[in-house]
Parts: sequence; structure tokens; C-alpha cells
Amino acid sequence: MNVVIVGCGRVGGFLAGLLDSEGHRVSVVDIASTSPARAERAWFQHLPGSFKGETILGDGTDLEVLRQAGVERADAVLALTEGDNRNLMCAQIAQKIFGVKQVIAKVNDPVRAQTYRELGVNTFSRTTILGTLLHAMLQEDREVGEVLMRKALAHEADMVHEPVKAR
Amino acid sequence: MYFVVAGAGEVGFHLSQALLESGHEVTVIEADRRRANFVQERLGSIVMNAPADEGRAQMEAGCSRADALIAVTGDDAKNLVICQLAKLRCHTPRVIARVNNPKNEIVFKTLGIDETISSTRVLMNVIEQELPSGGFMPLMSLAGSANELIEAEIAIGTPPAGKTVGSLRLPTDALVGGIIRKGKLLHADDETKLEVGDRVMVFAPTASESEVRKALMG
Repeated sequence: MNVVIVGCGRVGGFLAGLLDSEGHRVSVVDIASTSPARAERAWFQHLPGSFKGETILGDGTDLEVLRQAGVERADAVLALTEGDNRNLMCAQIAQKIFGVKQVIAKVNDPVRAQTYRELGVNTFSRTTILGTLLHAMLQEDREVGEVLMRKALAHEADMVHEPVKAR
Repeated sequence: MYFVVAGAGEVGFHLSQALLESGHEVTVIEADRRRANFVQERLGSIVMNAPADEGRAQMEAGCSRADALIAVTGDDAKNLVICQLAKLRCHTPRVIARVNNPKNEIVFKTLGIDETISSTRVLMNVIEQELPSGGFMPLMSLAGSANELIEAEIAIGTPPAGKTVGSLRLPTDALVGGIIRKGKLLHADDETKLEVGDRVMVFAPTASESEVRKALMG
């Protein structure tokens, strides 16, 4: 699968590493810093050292940057920056302009997440997902919580063992 | 008329003031408390200190009875979401977005926001009319599809000058719709020769705009 991940924070970096290790073709976009104090490597610090995919410095809502990242032949685009609005814009561009089949946007505000889901944009809210998981773990639905947690902890263990290489 | 202005930066502040002066009812939504206070001291209690990109704030500001919402923050993604939310959730009949990066005009149109204002574009249009060289202009997006109409003027020394339409290296899904030569509209087929100064009308997928530009402008 060809995957473009926009936003290389903790979630983006984690997922990019995971997909890359499974043999998928991953390119990661993160915004270029205008301040010289932050060197390039700082922006992809959450990628594991073994990451073999591409890294692109640029604005993930810019058509040209997305093209560079290979959006035209992407099977999936994941918008995972810190900004809900940027994620929604990026996801809509991928879906409506480039016709990418599978597009998911991280939207922390549950109201916005729901509104855009009604519009056909796949969104998930960390707030509700994490909240629901914790709730499930605490009480009635222990099974769902435990399965998810086991998977998450296994991935986490893999990541921790990999030394982080300066990029 | 009743207007909701999202963002009380320089543009939002002066726009609200002008609207008030011409007798309209205005609410300005501004997320920054200090800026909201600053504007309130000057324009009166028409300011709401809240994030304009949240549905609840828009409801409270009365977007559902507003005649128009104008999003004028300095952040294009935010302006897009403000306008889309107002349209979807509050059914505001008219939404207008400020576009800081002129490239986003076409993106906004494709995503359902038809009215955009780009100060860069306005300035560029003024300057371009003074320039002798050819221009490349995406004119409009075509509703209900991911295509757009582009106008390009053939300039001296560019690859298409003197060549036929059929020999243009346009992307396969692009169509030449016609040519305006000396004010007259011409039919264009593969054999039509392009002259310097011709304005070529091309229908093409928005996503392949840069290839069209390369083919026509060199």
C-alpha cells in the first residue's frame, strides 16, 4: 500500500514506522520550520531510525507538496497534524481533488469530527477514542479494551527497542 | 443586514467598522481575549470572545439568522473550516472566505466555498494588466467535479508559440475549449496553430494544473 502521512508528531511518527516495518511505501510530510533555531532533523524526530520511506518538508495543505509526497498514487492519506482545521483541509484536498480512496483526518474537537463525518470525510477524535477505550477498560467492556491495549503495548515494545537515529 | 465577521485582525476590525458605519448589524468573533477587548473598546459590545471555528460559537453569534458570514483570519485552513461549518451547521445563506495564499482559491471552490477574496490576487490582477507578457490564470472550478477552467496567454519564446494544438504536451484528460485571438473566439482542433497573444481556454482536472501550466507556459 502507498501511504502519505501528513504531520509527523508522535502519532504520525509511530504509525509511519509501523506501516514501514510492515513493508508499505510510506511518505511523511511535516511543515517546514521558518525558524533557523529548529533544524530539519527536529521535525522528523518521532520516526524510528529504521524508517525507509520518504520525508518531505512542507505544508500538507499545499497541492504541490502533496504531489511531491506522491498523493496521486496514494492508496491512503492520513492527516495527523496538531491542527484540526489543517487536517480537515488536507483530507478534503486528498479526497475531493486527488480522489484518494482512503482518507482519515485526526480532529480533536468531537463536534467538528462529527460534522465532517456527515460530509463524508473520515474523521476520528482522539478525545472520544481514548476516552471510550479507557472507559471500556474500567468497566463493562473489558475485552475490547484489553485486546486493543495488548496490541498497542506490543507495538510500543517494538518501537522502544529500536535505537533512534539522528536524521 | 446582519453580518458575522470571524477574526478581528486588521482586516476583520476595519471590515466590521465599515459595515457598522453603513448601518449594518455586526458580530465579530475573536479567539484572542486581548484583541477582543481592544476591538470592543473601539467598536462597542459587538465582539464575542470565542473560537470562530467551533460550531457552538457560531450558533451563539447567530450565524443561523445572519445574512452572511465572512471569515477573515490569517489562516486559510481555519477560514475554510469556519465557512464550511457555518454553511453546514447554521445554514448561513452566504459565506465568504479570505484566502491568504492565492493558490487556495481554487481549492476552496472545489470544496464548496464559492466566494473567496485574495488580496494577493487583487494586487496581482492590477499589476498583470500593466505587464506585456502572457499570463496563466485558473478562472474557475467547475461545480460538481474536480475540474477547472484555465486561461493561458501564449507568450513569445514559449514552446507552444507557432505550434499546433495537437502537439501541446497537455495531460491526457485536459481539453482545449477554444482560443480567443484578437478579441474573437475561435474553435480549436488538433490542427489549429497557436499564435503569440492567443488566449487559450483549457478544461482540466484541478490536480493537473501544474502540468497544464508547463505545457502552455514552458
